[in-house]
Amino acid sequence: MLTKRIIPCLDIKDNRTVKGTNFLQLRDAGDPVELAVRYCEEGADELVFLDITATTEKRKTLAKLVKEISVNINIPFTVGGGINSISDVSVLLENGADKVTINSSAVKNPSLINDLAKNFGSQCVVLAIDAKIINDEWRVVTHGGRNPTNLSVQAWAKESADRGAGEILLTSMENDGTKRGYATELTRQIAEVAPVPVIASGGAGKMEDFAIVFEAGKADAALAASIFHFKEISIPSLKKYLADKKIPVRI
Amino acid sequence: MKVVVIKYNAGNIQSVLFGLERIGVQATVSDDPEQIITSDKVIFPGVGEASTAMKYLSERNLDKVISSLHQPVLGICLGMQLMCKHSEENNTPCLGIFEDVKVKKFDRAKKNLKVPQIGWNNITGLKTALFKSIEANSYCYYVHGYYAELSKHTIATSDYGKLYSAALNKDNFFGVQFHPEKSAAIGEIILKNFLAL
Repeated sequence: MLTKRIIPCLDIKDNRTVKGTNFLQLRDAGDPVELAVRYCEEGADELVFLDITATTEKRKTLAKLVKEISVNINIPFTVGGGINSISDVSVLLENGADKVTINSSAVKNPSLINDLAKNFGSQCVVLAIDAKIINDEWRVVTHGGRNPTNLSVQAWAKESADRGAGEILLTSMENDGTKRGYATELTRQIAEVAPVPVIASGGAGKMEDFAIVFEAGKADAALAASIFHFKEISIPSLKKYLADKKIPVRI
Repeated sequence: MKVVVIKYNAGNIQSVLFGLERIGVQATVSDDPEQIITSDKVIFPGVGEASTAMKYLSERNLDKVISSLHQPVLGICLGMQLMCKHSEENNTPCLGIFEDVKVKKFDRAKKNLKVPQIGWNNITGLKTALFKSIEANSYCYYVHGYYAELSKHTIATSDYGKLYSAALNKDNFFGVQFHPEKSAAIGEIILKNFLAL
């Protein structure tokens, strides 16, 4: 049986792991390679690395870090942050990344999804959506949450899957960093409308939040950052908790 | 021991090379028939689309080279599917090494399946030395929209809406649908088992 995935996310700035609240107030959470190895050993199902300061001159540093990660871990990992083109993706894959995640660049240029899916396969394209409630509706926001758009989250999720995205990484900015739980209802809506797996993100604070987003939210995977980085919840105890609730997990 | 990873136009072989490196094997990447034929072990990886991959292989005569190999060969993911008789992906005739096995698309409408299947699924019915010391129901990492049906060559099964071939074997040819290079410690044992054949 296919299991629900637990995915620690590492936000990278200047080669360090950082974490903020509602995308702001960054604090240091350690060396990304050391953290990645620790999560592997603890039973993480995948890892996501987001370079939150991705600029042209930082690209080479990121590629080097990706290579260091890939020689050290034996589970799949996704890399994102500032990806605009086929050549950006080639560099990351050549350094051992399994998938890439795109966000603002896909909103600006939706055909990027088609191009990446055609060149590298859908399995490698994770479409990230940052969602925020604007005028009582869930809207897509870009550039780390700074720029609101008129796109409805549901419509964009469906369109991106039609264009070839292989997975959707859905972050609720209303929940991110708050530890009040995932945006369950939004996640359920997107999981029902999208034919591809949905990764829920933003708001995990306690083990129960994971159970809720898998069961009521119908998420295929759940992503979290600070609760893992700062050892508030350990992956083995989380998986045991979920298994006791009859939620299929890899132990 | 000389290990060759077949180079072709299907996807990301870097993960396979790093996976081998982690278990201490420096593999050669090559599409040169001579290099492939003279190696001790051949790995045929692949993530991508069946018809373009088959076209690339046949243009370089690699289809005949692969089919005629006598050393242990391990197809991974698309590599395994291309070793079957036919794939529904763009109606593609494949190498036919697993001569009666057809590759079909997961039926999205049925049972509300998400396609592709992405994630960790358990493997059972384990046969052959490829799975030596692997316990039934161990988890492996999958990413695929098409699957090989069950056949007499099936040496492991997984369940996604239905039972399908997680691994196939005929003579010196092995294929795994999952990614051993991404399947944590279990995957490393399977890769080591293959290299020990």
